[in-house]
Amino acid sequence: MTIRCEIVTQEEEIYSEDVDAVNLPGIEGRMGILPNHSPLLTVLDFGEVIIRRAGEEEFYAIGGGVAEVQPDKVIILADSADHAEAIDLERAERARQRALKAMEEGVQEDPETYRMIEASLRRANLRLDISRKRARPERAVPRLRSEQTEADE
Amino acid sequence: MATERELKTRIRTVQNTSQITSALAAISASKANRAQSRVQATRAYAGKAFEILNNLASSAAAAVHPMLADRNGVENVAVIVISGDRGLAGPYNSEIIRLVEQFSEGLTKMGSKISYVAVGRKGQDLLIRRGMNVIATFTNMPDPPQQTDITPVAQVVVDDYLSGKIDQVFIAYTDFVNMVTRFPRIKQLLPLKPTDFSDMPVSEFFRSIDLTDSTTADYTYEPAAEQLLDAIVPRFVDLQLYQSYLESLASEHSARYVAMNNATDNAKALIEDLTLARNKARQSAITAEILDIVGGAEALA
Repeated sequence: MTIRCEIVTQEEEIYSEDVDAVNLPGIEGRMGILPNHSPLLTVLDFGEVIIRRAGEEEFYAIGGGVAEVQPDKVIILADSADHAEAIDLERAERARQRALKAMEEGVQEDPETYRMIEASLRRANLRLDISRKRARPERAVPRLRSEQTEADE
Repeated sequence: MATERELKTRIRTVQNTSQITSALAAISASKANRAQSRVQATRAYAGKAFEILNNLASSAAAAVHPMLADRNGVENVAVIVISGDRGLAGPYNSEIIRLVEQFSEGLTKMGSKISYVAVGRKGQDLLIRRGMNVIATFTNMPDPPQQTDITPVAQVVVDDYLSGKIDQVFIAYTDFVNMVTRFPRIKQLLPLKPTDFSDMPVSEFFRSIDLTDSTTADYTYEPAAEQLLDAIVPRFVDLQLYQSYLESLASEHSARYVAMNNATDNAKALIEDLTLARNKARQSAITAEILDIVGGAEALA
């Protein structure tokens, strides 16, 4: 018995496979989704999506979003999604430092910019966390989307 | 008449220009394709988001959600105008501005006050030159853009919309059909109408979605429908803006491709004419020389 799991962002489809179970970072706590789950719409928090498939686990860092669950499928509309092993540790660390520095340097007078920097700091932290926990550093490869701009981090 | 040397120089100049224009045409063609394939890539998300939105639209929370509900007495209207940063794109920039002007006239007659958000330097310059009320401008967007590059544009209008400074938001963009056809369009962005999507930007995406299943499905909402709407509606607005921008970008590049192709053709025709003129000039110079020699020889005889 499997359930279809799809992770899509506004820019592309990240993942689409039949899986055994999905664990989601719901805004009111983590939730596990098994096949034949009743229909559910939920808001997702920053966090990791854990997908169990054929006895192995895969991890994706997502930057919030919305998920739709039906008995035969889980669709995750993520604001951003990265496979744990595709996270470049150095890049993420650099991005974190940049965000921290920007916040210290006092852009507080512009709440909009501040919020954006704060969001990128959260993203960077999340990527680092997941990456350290799940992927061996020597296997950390650069992200596939090579055109990704530095500012996005 | 120009001398042979002058004509030679001109031919070389025109040749150089035609090389540049044909290179630009090739680049524009590939950029247009790239922008178009990015639009395709957003479809998966768009379709799903629309289904969810449609499902939530029937809930009680939707009727009062600030971004979905119509306001009585629309007074202040914002128009997001998407144009290019550069010219050399045929009538691309002027087409969209002309449409915006016509649209604005109609709104002004109805007594609305209009403010503009310009995306792209050309649109910004044209709007400011016409003395329009431009509240924000975005230029030098990366190409290809990421969704996060477009979010600030949405932020500007959504903030003003929620604070009540603006009652209605339209978006003016250029719909890409194919390399030679495109349509400038104006569609309503806010308030969002999840049940009537014919007027939505890039609505052709949503028309093909089969909604018969999704609206009947009985979902559990976690958290409540209200928070779900708060999450999905702004993302949907972002998405529409992103798609519209990509469509416009594809249109801009295709318009530039056509313009540059025409320029290359014109240059070829010009080179032909100039080559003929150069040959004539050379021949007449030779004839004149021979006549001189013959004349000289006759004089000596």
